[in-house]
Amino acid sequence: MDFIPNTDRNREAMLRAIGVGSPEELFADIPPEARLDRPLRLPEPMAELELQQHMLELSDKNAHLGRLVCFAGAGMYDHYIPAVVDHVISRSEFYTAYTPYQPEVSQAVLQSIFEYQTMICELTGMDVSQASHYDGATALAEAGLISCSTTGRRHIVVSSTVHPEYRRVLHTYAAGADLKVTEVPYRDGVTDREALERVLAGERAASGERASGDEPACLLVQHPNFFGCLEPVADMARAIHGRGGLFVVATSPISLGLLAPPGSYGADMAVGDGQALGNVPSFGGPTFGYFAVTEKLVRRLPGRVVGATVDSRGQRGFVLTLQTREQHIRREKATSNICSNEALNALAATVYLAMMGKRGIREVAELCLKKAHYARDAVAAVPGFAPAFGAPFFMEFAVRCPCPPAELVKRGTARGILPGVALGRFYPELEDCLLVAVTEKRSRAQIDALAKVLEGCA
Amino acid sequence: MMYPKEFRYAKTHEWAKVEGDLARVGITNYAQEHLGDIVFVELPEVGRQVKQGEAFGVVESVKAVSDCYAPVSGEVVEINDTLADKPETLNQDPHGEGWMVVIRMSDPAELNNLMDVAAYEKHCEEEAH
Repeated sequence: MDFIPNTDRNREAMLRAIGVGSPEELFADIPPEARLDRPLRLPEPMAELELQQHMLELSDKNAHLGRLVCFAGAGMYDHYIPAVVDHVISRSEFYTAYTPYQPEVSQAVLQSIFEYQTMICELTGMDVSQASHYDGATALAEAGLISCSTTGRRHIVVSSTVHPEYRRVLHTYAAGADLKVTEVPYRDGVTDREALERVLAGERAASGERASGDEPACLLVQHPNFFGCLEPVADMARAIHGRGGLFVVATSPISLGLLAPPGSYGADMAVGDGQALGNVPSFGGPTFGYFAVTEKLVRRLPGRVVGATVDSRGQRGFVLTLQTREQHIRREKATSNICSNEALNALAATVYLAMMGKRGIREVAELCLKKAHYARDAVAAVPGFAPAFGAPFFMEFAVRCPCPPAELVKRGTARGILPGVALGRFYPELEDCLLVAVTEKRSRAQIDALAKVLEGCA
Repeated sequence: MMYPKEFRYAKTHEWAKVEGDLARVGITNYAQEHLGDIVFVELPEVGRQVKQGEAFGVVESVKAVSDCYAPVSGEVVEINDTLADKPETLNQDPHGEGWMVVIRMSDPAELNNLMDVAAYEKHCEEEAH
C-alpha cells in the first residue's frame, strides 16, 4: 500500500461525511493538556544526499562490530553469517510478507517455516517445534506458564544461572498470573545441587519443614548457563521428574552442534534464543525464540505450527495446523497472547542451518569451544586474572579481574577490543568479574591482543 | 438421535445419568453436532473435586474449543480413557460410549437444578432460533 498524504480537500470531505465541522471538534474528547499545541521541533527538511551524509555522521558515532573485535556475549553473539543468508531473506517475497499464512497463496513461505520446524526438532531432539517465538526470554517464561497449566501447580523453580533478563521476564509473567517463582542459588558457576534438592522437596530453608501446595510445576535451567558453564542436566531432569514436574531447558543453538540434544536427556520443553543462527546482534534485537516440546505437550504449544498434508488430488501441501490451541480461538485460555512469530529472523536461521548442515554446525561449535578454552588459558596467564569458576564451560567464561571490569571495557573499546561484559550489573557478588565470549570468528591474534589489553591493567 | 428419558440435562449441554450415588456425565448430541469433528478431549484426574457448573474438561473440534461443565458436584471417580485415542466416539455415540466422567455426587439434590428431557429438547429448539 502506498502512503498517500491527505490534502485539505480530502480532510474537508472526510469531516463532512461524518458530520463534524473541524479537526478540533473531532478531537474534542482528548483533553487539551494531552494534545500537542505546537508544530514538532524538527530541523528543516533535507535533500536526499544531505540526509544520507547526516545519517552516516550519526551512525559513525556507534562503536559497531565491523570495527570492534567482540568478546562480549551474555546472550547475543558475534558469530559468522554467510552472505547467502542476507541474500535470501532480502527477497521481497519473504521480506515484505505480512502474516503470510493463507495456504492458497503462501505455499513457499509455509514450506520455509515447515523446514525451520524440522531443523529445530533435529537440533533439539524434540518431537514438535512451533513456527518461532518472540525471543528466548518470552519462550522460557511461557514454558513456565505451560508447566503450571499442565501440572495444575503454581510454583516455578528456576536456576539463578539462567540469564538474568530471562528471569526478569519470567517474574513479570508470573506476577500477572499469580504464580510463585523460586530462584535456586549457584555454587562455582552452576546450580547448587543441595539447594535445588531442598527447593524441590518444598522445604522452607530455615526450618526444614515441608510447605504444602508448593510442589514444583517445573525446573527451568539454561545449558550452557549464563556463565557459559555446563549444568548437570540429566541429573536435574531426573530430580524434577521425580517430583512430578516438567523439565525446561534453555539452550544455545550453536552448542547443540556438540552437546547432547535436550530431547535425549528428558527435557519436556527446549527453548532458546536463535540470534546465534544467522542473525545480527543489532542492539540486542530483533531476534527470535525457538520453542520445541514433546508430542504430549503439543496442544499447549504457543504460536503457530505448520504441518504438511495432502490436498484432494493427493499433492503434498503445507497448512497451519492445530489452530484451535491458538489465541484467536480462545483468548483467555491461550498459552500466549503475544507468541509473535519472528518469521524473517527464523528464516535467516533456516538458511544458516541449511548452509552449515550437520557437519558445519558441529564444526562451528568445536571452533567456539577450542578458541574459548585457548582464550581462558591466555587470560588466566595474565597476572592478577583468574577464572571465576571451575566448572566445564562451552564458549563463554567468567574471569576475576584485579581492576573494575567496567574500566577494562572502556580501555579495551578505546583500542578496538570489546573485552566482555561486566557481571556486577547482574550479580553484585561478581562485581570484580568479566564475562568473556569467544566465537568461531575470533583469531589467535585477536585473543592474544585481548590478553595484552588486560595486562595493561594488572 | 433420541435424547434418553432417564438423563438429566444442563443448559450448557451436558447430561447426567444417575447410577445410585454416582452420576455418569457426557455431552449431548446437540453439543457434538455444533462442535463438529472432535479431535481431542481433555479430562480431569480421578480424585478431583468438581462443583456444579465448574469446568471439568475440554473438548476440541476442528473449529472450536469448548469447556465442559459439571452438571453435579462431587468427586471424579472414573474417566473414559478410550477418548484419548478415539475422541471421535463423542461424535458417534455421545449418550453412550462417549461418556466422559463418573462423579460421586456430594449433593444429589442438585439434580433438581437440571432439566428433564422435554425441557431440554425445548431448550435446544430455542437456542437453534
